[in-house]
Amino acid sequence: MNEFVEPFERLLADACTPHVVRAIEAGQPTTALWDAIEGSGFLDALIPEEHGGYGLPLSEVLGLLVAEGRHATPVPVGHTMLARAVISQAGGQVPRGPIAIAPSGETKDGRIACRRVPYALVADWIVAPLAGRWLVLPKSAATCTPCGIHGSLHADLEWPSDADAACASSMPVAWREAGAVIAAAHMAGGMERALEMSLQFANDRVQFGRSIGKFQAIQHQLAVMAENVAAARMAAEIGCDSAGPLPQPLRAAAAKARTSEAAALVAPMAHAIHGAIGVTAELDLQLFTRRLHEARADFGSERAWNAVIGRSLIAGGQATLDFMRAHLLPA
Amino acid sequence: MIETLTLQPLPAQAEALRAPVRAFLDDALAGMPPELRARSWLGFDADFSRKLGEKGWIGLALPPDYGGGGRDYFARFVLVEELLARGAPVSAHWIAERQSAPLILRYGTEAQKRFHVPRICRGESFFAIGMSEPQVGSDLASVRTRATKTSSGWRLNGQKIWTTNGDECHYMIALVRTSGAPEDRQKGLSQLMFDLKTPGITIRPIQDLTGDRHFCEVFFEDVDLPEDALIGEEGSGWQQVTAELAYERSGPERIYSSIVLFDAWLAHLRAHGADEASAALAGRIVSHMAALRSMCVGVAARLAQGGSPMTEASLVKDLGTELEQLIPIVLADAIAGSPHPASPSLLRTLAYITQFAPTFSLRGGTREVLRGLIARGLGLR
Repeated sequence: MNEFVEPFERLLADACTPHVVRAIEAGQPTTALWDAIEGSGFLDALIPEEHGGYGLPLSEVLGLLVAEGRHATPVPVGHTMLARAVISQAGGQVPRGPIAIAPSGETKDGRIACRRVPYALVADWIVAPLAGRWLVLPKSAATCTPCGIHGSLHADLEWPSDADAACASSMPVAWREAGAVIAAAHMAGGMERALEMSLQFANDRVQFGRSIGKFQAIQHQLAVMAENVAAARMAAEIGCDSAGPLPQPLRAAAAKARTSEAAALVAPMAHAIHGAIGVTAELDLQLFTRRLHEARADFGSERAWNAVIGRSLIAGGQATLDFMRAHLLPA
Repeated sequence: MIETLTLQPLPAQAEALRAPVRAFLDDALAGMPPELRARSWLGFDADFSRKLGEKGWIGLALPPDYGGGGRDYFARFVLVEELLARGAPVSAHWIAERQSAPLILRYGTEAQKRFHVPRICRGESFFAIGMSEPQVGSDLASVRTRATKTSSGWRLNGQKIWTTNGDECHYMIALVRTSGAPEDRQKGLSQLMFDLKTPGITIRPIQDLTGDRHFCEVFFEDVDLPEDALIGEEGSGWQQVTAELAYERSGPERIYSSIVLFDAWLAHLRAHGADEASAALAGRIVSHMAALRSMCVGVAARLAQGGSPMTEASLVKDLGTELEQLIPIVLADAIAGSPHPASPSLLRTLAYITQFAPTFSLRGGTREVLRGLIARGLGLR
């Protein structure tokens, strides 16, 4: 897996600098960043070989998704990767350009509506999951209402119900689980960066005549952060433990629930350690912590996914270890 | 920084052990109520240990030359996981198998290995740890119990405390001062191994808040020990104990202490129906446990490759005990708030785990000490 991750990390380190992230959040074009990513070929990683891709399973691209999160990437790499694979499998023609997966969609009063769509402001295409089918719709044909949150790329989108779709399919696809597992991997990466920055800051910042990392109160917070970062990374691995491009639903649920809970703890701790400088626009920490809070909510937060797992556990009648071995742990 | 632990299955050969262990436990634990199974680590049952020894399941990963099973770390992982997830009473042989035998094999003389390890593996010889003293808890380097050289060996004076099963065990391995003074800290400490029936030793059980008696005070008054009571090198006790605690901090032991309670609560939910909040709570506990269990396997794999993942093991232990302690706290609220009365057995299980859970983050090094170790491992200067 490292063979892909290292070049991808290098690419993002060059093309997706904090400066670029801020510029795109401020409404500047994504063209240069997108072209660099598109040109790398990574976006075809999950497309089956018979459709001209690399045919990698989701488990093999986990490292790429985590790297995407580590760089606060403001274009939909994981979403496009996964959407391309599914569109190919459904026999559709993969459209060029960034594709965002909407958490849900509905048809109402002759309109197709998707709410709180991640990457809506920078995507060319949107996967709209609807009852019994899904469409790949052009962003250009949508009425776009940005969420109005500073720096966020989320928006509500609406199309006329007769909008031309690049792909329309009734093949069953667990899009919500797919989006959830990508968000989980992004959070795992974002939390790694928040921890790294906090460790560096604790070593560098001097108060009372010594680095604040010498204080036990700070040490214990960093230990707890590290524990949750490690657990989140493992949860993301569980979520991506699939031989195909799509996750297995209960694994995705566990991944999103666990990483979301960790994000809710790690982001505030990173800020507590950084003090006031941490909440400035200038320090990069905010690029990660804002995304952690946002991704926690995207595609359902911990309560919703925990309930999914809990209902399955209770209904199945198995002992806890047996349930974990059957549905969550590697076979 | 910490190294990333990778998700991986246990080897098929190790998994193959699961079915026979389960069949054995179905029989051995039949009819045992959850409030007893919940004691697991503290459940003393010499017969159970002997039966387990007959199966070859004590010392599974120890060398066959000394009565062990010669299996790898993963096979032991499966065995231990099954024992703990079911709440088997493993306390009698637990310390001997997990800490004492590896220590003897690593530092003992050939005679010590030949004498002790096969007996441990047969489930006949139980060991106690002599580390803590009334004035010596987390600050283990300040031990005061002292052994002085005599013409025939050692004379021991002092006191140990919190010695699990002290009154039931056959032997103790104690950390004692053999030279210098408490101010010398790590220097001048040695480990002595001796029969707890030796004259001059008095053992008094201490009752715990649940009504159980497992840990003990052990007093030494002019206890004469032979020369070969020394295990390892004189003056190397500190290094040996540190290595011993590393065995203690790895493995699946640190995530399952409350699982019998959790499974008993699931049975309650299945009988009476679960509301959304209970389902979410059950899911939360399982999503935590699945990540932790996978991290344990990741640590085991690192150990199997010959690595020394100390920080990672400490991190998993701290997080694991947090989950173990969270379970009784959140379940107590769920159970008390439920319109369906819980069975007396579930309430007894809950009460036991609730009351005893504070020790989960004490044994083998307190949470506060552990977090300091993790912070250093993270590279705080």
